[in-house]
Amino acid sequence: MSAANQLAALIANMFATGLLDDQFQQLQMLQDPSAPNFVSEVVTLFCQDGERIIGELAKQLDKPSVDFDRVDAFVHQLKGSSASVGALKVKNTCIQFCELCQQKSKDGCLKTLETVRINFYELRGKFQTMLQLERQVNGFPPNN
Amino acid sequence: MAVVASETPFHVLAVDDSLPDRKLIERLLKTSSFQVTTVDSGSKALQFLGIHDDDASTVSVHAHQLDVAVNLIITDYCMPGMTGYDLLKKIKESSSLRDIPVVIMSSENIPSRINRCLEEGADEFFLKPVRLSDMSKLKPHILKSRCREHYQQEQQHQQSDSNSNDCSSPTNKSSSSDSSRKRKAEDNEEILPQKNRPRHS
Repeated sequence: MSAANQLAALIANMFATGLLDDQFQQLQMLQDPSAPNFVSEVVTLFCQDGERIIGELAKQLDKPSVDFDRVDAFVHQLKGSSASVGALKVKNTCIQFCELCQQKSKDGCLKTLETVRINFYELRGKFQTMLQLERQVNGFPPNN
Repeated sequence: MAVVASETPFHVLAVDDSLPDRKLIERLLKTSSFQVTTVDSGSKALQFLGIHDDDASTVSVHAHQLDVAVNLIITDYCMPGMTGYDLLKKIKESSSLRDIPVVIMSSENIPSRINRCLEEGADEFFLKPVRLSDMSKLKPHILKSRCREHYQQEQQHQQSDSNSNDCSSPTNKSSSSDSSRKRKAEDNEEILPQKNRPRHS
């Protein structure tokens, strides 16, 4: 299968399995010859930002006395940026996470952080494959 | 509505603490032919606009002294430190900035929040994620505020000067450089012809 076909199949699969929603299509629509790398740039920023936030969440929840407002603020950031890139599954996990922050449940928050982490890294892996395939489609050899 | 002949795109200042969101709003605005400046906080926005946090209500830098005029400010609501609402208030308290239309963005659909912002003078409230279709709502606010501004200037000139050499003429057009936006009060390049009274919808 050509890189272009693989790319189309991957993206279709991400929509079908609920990883992405139509906001991602909005991003694709904004890419054009004047901004040919827009999607990969936003996706990359999202992945970097997401990793940073997850690190902060782990730090906050590791404290003997958890500041749930701070935790909630970080979750809110990740919820916002996932919504902006169309990362549906991650966004929904963040919504659950917010509720647990309201309940001030440290256990609940730790469990949900794990789920966020799993979902985020699943998405990130597929985004990385997507960007690789896009590079190939544009005539660049695959690189890490 | 009368058309202001201008070759310079409108300039939007976008404020958002989230990097992916800043990237998105920048692209949305550029796709819609706006010139864009993005900053990551309310205080940086105020710095860019030329006013200091603590003395916004007293002597503030006159908009004409800005290096680049800003035609609209779009800001996220939830930001650490100064929220979008706080920023909105500072802008409305500033005599030089209060006429710049302000749009608030938020991922939360909270009616009391929306109303609070609109009551404080926000021109529009966008639910995030912002879409391309939202961009078409921006220009009307810019044009409305410019019509208002020109109308007010026209009134001032009529009152202060009976000499009609600075009255508008249909052949006026603005220059293509930013200097058209740095006009002093006496410079009337962009005044609308008298017969075209702005219609406010």
